[in-house]
Formats: sequence, structure tokens, C-alpha cells
Amino acid sequence: MANLFGKAANELPPKIVVGILIIGVLTVAGIAYYFTPKYTRVGYMPEQPIPFDHSLHVTGLGLDCRFCHSFVEKSGFSNIPTTQTCMSCHRMVKADSPKLAELRESWESGEPVRWARIYQLPDYVYFDHSAHVNRGVSCFTCHGEVNLMRTVYHKAPLSMSWCLDCHRNPEYFLRPQDKVFDLAWKPPAGLQQIEMGMHLIENENIKPSENCSACHR
Amino acid sequence: MRTFLLLLACLVFAIVSVTGFRGTKTTRNPIEIFPDMVRQAKVKEQAPSFFFPNQRASRYPVLGTVPTGEDAARLPYLNTGMMGDRWGDGIPIPLTAGTLKKGQEGFGIFCSACHGSTGSGNGIVTQYGLVGVPNYHSEHTRQMPDGQMFYVITHGQGLMLGYGANLSVEERWAIVAYIRALQLSQNATLGDIPISERQQLGGR
Repeated sequence: MANLFGKAANELPPKIVVGILIIGVLTVAGIAYYFTPKYTRVGYMPEQPIPFDHSLHVTGLGLDCRFCHSFVEKSGFSNIPTTQTCMSCHRMVKADSPKLAELRESWESGEPVRWARIYQLPDYVYFDHSAHVNRGVSCFTCHGEVNLMRTVYHKAPLSMSWCLDCHRNPEYFLRPQDKVFDLAWKPPAGLQQIEMGMHLIENENIKPSENCSACHR
Repeated sequence: MRTFLLLLACLVFAIVSVTGFRGTKTTRNPIEIFPDMVRQAKVKEQAPSFFFPNQRASRYPVLGTVPTGEDAARLPYLNTGMMGDRWGDGIPIPLTAGTLKKGQEGFGIFCSACHGSTGSGNGIVTQYGLVGVPNYHSEHTRQMPDGQMFYVITHGQGLMLGYGANLSVEERWAIVAYIRALQLSQNATLGDIPISERQQLGGR
């Protein structure tokens, strides 16, 4: 038998075990890192048919989020503005800009501008914008500093655990109701935020559900 | 063992260089790893739909149908600002501090960009080439009937497009009420202020 297995073969079994362990650890680490919306969704920054600049319109001009997303307080769905909303100004302002060619085309033809959708939950998740913005969850909390974005990108992962982080501990994220649409507002630091959050939860009677049926129906 | 580790390192390097890191800005579509039922063939808001001939999921009401609830025909002034074939005057919703607050909010969102936050016609957009924004404190606008103001908010006038689609009837009337408050504020005299509040003016 000595002809078949040399002395080096004695080390083979532990080497195989170590090798499998290393492969196992790497596979788990790879899945944990990549198989999550933090990788698959965050950072999605599609090219839009019109290079709309949120920072210019929100920070530069001081437009409120609701000038365009006008039903966010009343509807579960936060609407994309109609062509008419854009044309309120853009028939006069930058009326000949080549960047707005698609907008003018839409205005003439009546066909909607085909914006690329960035945030999209799975179809079995029923998220309600109005329920959140009317209870002190700011646009900023989920969409990030849109007021500073030249091109909007996917900021938060929208994973279920991410939703539950806030549903379990809303005091970390809630704002006073009049600051919900004020994206430049800075929340108080550390304990003060928690204290304010606790206060808001009590005053506004905020009870975020952790029941499956709150979002999955 | 050394060869094995080297190969493994190469593999990890290859995977990372193809897949990249979390949060990198990219135009590639989000990956759906387990796509079961994630995208369902149903009508979604403002989405394309191949079920309807014009490929839009958002539908207009069927021609000839009437919305349930408040009957627009029964309350013509509330819904049109017209009394018969003339402009009506008066605010047909309850006037409370809450109404004015709502009007102020709506005015700030939809009107102030062009009309300015005091209604003087000097909103930010006028710095970008918008001309002809009226001053609310001119005699003409001060004399404008409430109903006509409501109609202008709803359907637009001149260069202004209507905001009837963005604002409910109550919100539009609340804005009319707030504009009246703005007009009052720019044309008030000392006599209009209750004596108990006058000291807030600081002796001016």
C-alpha cells in the first residue's frame, strides 16, 4: 500500500477539512454580502428620459416635495407629476432647452413621459405613503437627501428587516409633523432625537404594526 | 494547499471585480434574486399596462359616469365658483383658523413659486424668465370675486395652468381664503389690530 499513498497523504484529510471550511466561510460571506437589497437595489441610478435635477428644483428654487408629488399625503401612492405640472413653468422657463425635448413631445402628444421607476417594492408588499408622512416619517428617512441629488438614486435598501427596524423603534426616526417635507432639517443628535421621538409617539398615538398583514395582504 | 489558496484568491478577486461593492451607483436594473411573485400581472399606479389599448394603467372615468359622494351639480358654487352665469362671492366652506392654516400650506406649495410668499408677484420663478405674474395687492385682484379666484386656481388663466387636478375643492377654497388674508395683511391699518395685540408691533 505504501506505493499508493505517500507520506504526504497523511496531511491530506486535515487539508481537505480546512479547504472545505474556507470555501464554506467564503460562500456564506458572499451570500450575506451580495444576496441582500443593500447590494441588489441600493445605488440604482437609472438614466431618465429627462435629466430632472432635484437639487436645482428643491434646494435652488425652494419647491416643496408636494408641488410635484401632490398626493403623497392623501394617497398610498406618491404620484409622479403630470406633464402639465412641469409645463406650468417650462412653457416659459427654459422653453427651448434640448433637455426638455421629451417633455414638450409629451405635452403635444398627450402621451406620458416614461420615467424610469427607481423605488419599487415587491408586488406583495403594500406600502402606504400617506400613512407614513402623516405620522412624522419624512421623505428623507427612506429616500435620503433628494434635495441635494442631481440625479436620484436608490438610497435605502427597502428590505423587510429595514422596515422593521423603524416599526420596532420609531423613536429613532420620527420628526415633528411640520418638518416631514423639510429635507434640509437636521434631527437633534443622539438621545435628544430619542426623547423627541418618544414624545411624538405618545402625543400622536403612533403604533407601527409588526403584524404580517400590515404590509402583506 | 498553496495552489488551492491562490486559486481561491483569484476566484474571490474575479467575483468581486465583476459584482462590485454595495451601494455603488449604477444604471443596471436592481437584481431580484428570488423573483417569485415579486412582479405580478396586475394594474399598478401610473404604470404601463398591456391590458388596456392605450397601455396605461391609470384610467379616466368612463364617459358619462358621475362620481359618487358629493354631487357637483347640487352645489354648483362650491364646485365651479359660478352662481348662474356670474362669478359668485364668498367662501362656501367653514372659515376657521384651521382653514387658513391649510390655505397657507397649499399656497406655500403651489402658488408661492410664482406669486411669491406675500402674493406680490415676485416668486422665485420670476427670476428665471417668467413674466406677467400679477400682484395680488393691486386693485384689480383685490376686487376679483372669490368665485373667479377659485376658477383661476382650478383652470388657470393667461399663462398659468390650472391646479384643479392637484388640489381638492376644499383646499382650493382654503387657498382663496388665505389670499384674502394676505390682501388684508398688506392693506391693514393700525385700527385693524386689536388693542391687546398692538404692543407686539414694538412701538412702530
